[in-house]
Amino acid sequence: MAKIMKINVLSAALFGAGMTAVVMTAPAFAEEGVKLVIDGEELTTEVAPQEGNPLDPVRSGWTFRSEETQALETDDFENPGFPLVDYGEELWNTADGSTGKSCASCHGDASESMKGVRASMPKWNKEKNTLFTLEDYINLSREEHQGAKPWKWESQEMLGMTAYIGLQSRGMPVNVSIDGPAKEWFEKGKKMYYTRYGQLDLACAQCHEDNQGTMIRADHLSQGQINGFPTYRFKWSGLGSIHRRFKGCMDNIRAEPFKRGSDEFTALELYVAWRGQGLSVETPAVRN
Amino acid sequence: MYEASRAHVPDKPDCTEEESRHMTKGFIYSIAAASLVLAGSAVAAPVAPDDVKFVDMTVAESLTGQPGDPKAGRETFANRKKGNCLACHANSEMSEQLFHGEVGPTLDGVADRWTPEQLRAIVVNSKQVLGEQTIMPGFYTMHVGDRVAEKFVGKTILTAQEVEDVVAYLTTLKEQ
Ligand code: HEC
Ligand code: HEC
Repeated sequence: MAKIMKINVLSAALFGAGMTAVVMTAPAFAEEGVKLVIDGEELTTEVAPQEGNPLDPVRSGWTFRSEETQALETDDFENPGFPLVDYGEELWNTADGSTGKSCASCHGDASESMKGVRASMPKWNKEKNTLFTLEDYINLSREEHQGAKPWKWESQEMLGMTAYIGLQSRGMPVNVSIDGPAKEWFEKGKKMYYTRYGQLDLACAQCHEDNQGTMIRADHLSQGQINGFPTYRFKWSGLGSIHRRFKGCMDNIRAEPFKRGSDEFTALELYVAWRGQGLSVETPAVRN
Repeated sequence: MYEASRAHVPDKPDCTEEESRHMTKGFIYSIAAASLVLAGSAVAAPVAPDDVKFVDMTVAESLTGQPGDPKAGRETFANRKKGNCLACHANSEMSEQLFHGEVGPTLDGVADRWTPEQLRAIVVNSKQVLGEQTIMPGFYTMHVGDRVAEKFVGKTILTAQEVEDVVAYLTTLKEQ
């Protein structure tokens, strides 16, 4: 715990609210080319870009973090995201709603039925004729199959379930489809990525593309990849969703963020996921 | 490459009202400034952001008609909710502060490279001097991005006097 606290104060928001902590130690950056190995399995944290991707190489956020933060992700017993994964597993097996069914009643063993699901999200939902995030699929199942109330986007239940389902894809390459009707959403997300927002007048790409690898105050700027979500962040003292991270970055540049679950953030999620195509799913990742 | 930044805020319902109020204010300021110049008086209201005149990448006059205070400027420079300049710039003169960013160049000796009038122009609206694509925010400009958070609508990051203070501080950063 002491270790976590120490790293916690290193995170500094650009123009953030109330970051005042003084730290005595400089963050030690991990050496280049260090491998992420979890439970004897090596994950892909660096990969050549697919056609059209401006990032070369494509790098996981893990490769930009300090050695201490990196280490926590290599061991599930130390990874502070795991208690919520366990809660997600419990919910998977718990009957709920008017039908009295659990997720397991329909989907059985998650390690088989949910394998690869996180890697392909967000995904076009033909029946609903719109782009669906993992959260959308979970709430669709709750409402239409279990007869239960939808979970709030950032609730412990939703985070536990997205983390548990995400874990079933850990080590698999991110592989989203931008074909067919998803293409329009992809283009919208791309446009957003290069739009300057807020009083600071900054676009995502200015930090995460042009300035990746440089220090912005105490933070090492990564490519802003989402292959590890929901991610455990010291600053949050818990897991947080992709859309929470997007909101945080928009708050930092003094922009009015879009709502979690909005079409805008869903389009942005598709585009950002595509920028990480080929990276291993790391759910639940650990970041400062 | 980046979507051009829009002046003012596009999707706030009261945008036009806000804008016209602001323009009126700017108009009044410029009349006031003009008549004060005519009268030869020393103290003027601060120049409104939209009325700052850039000539050859310089802003010649103090925005407030007053000299800046380098000591106050040093504090504004470091303050995370004000200049937050250390987020992006290293500055040896401030070695007591931990974690200097490296997104921009070090500001050591910056006063040897730029005149005070150029430094003022950079801090007021960096894009006028460093180019439209720069990542450096403009600290006294209404040319901001989309969807400015409500509490910052119609406001600049720094006040006119804070800009003058920061500029006064920057002019002390000499190596020669
Ligand atoms: C002013 C700079 C800045 C801007 C602009 C910015 N971010 Fe970030 N972002 C950061 C910093 C600093 C971090 C934390 C360090 C890191 O992971 O890069 C971060 C982290 C992230 C992460 C988490 C990465 C991980 O590995 O967990 C994502 C995702 C992200 N940003 C997406 C975005 C998106 C999308 C936008 C545009 C809406 C955006 N950012 C705009 C500075 C910025
Ligand atoms: C988000 C990043 C960022 C912030 C915050 C920032 N700057 Fe900059 N600044 C830059 C970059 C980058 C450049 C170099 C020009 C370029 O690449 O666009 C620069 C250039 C400059 C220069 C010209 C330096 C030279 O040697 O050519 C000065 C002076 C300057 N900045 C002052 C400031 C001051 C004062 C503040 C705070 C009030 C500040 N900057 C805040 C990014 C930033």
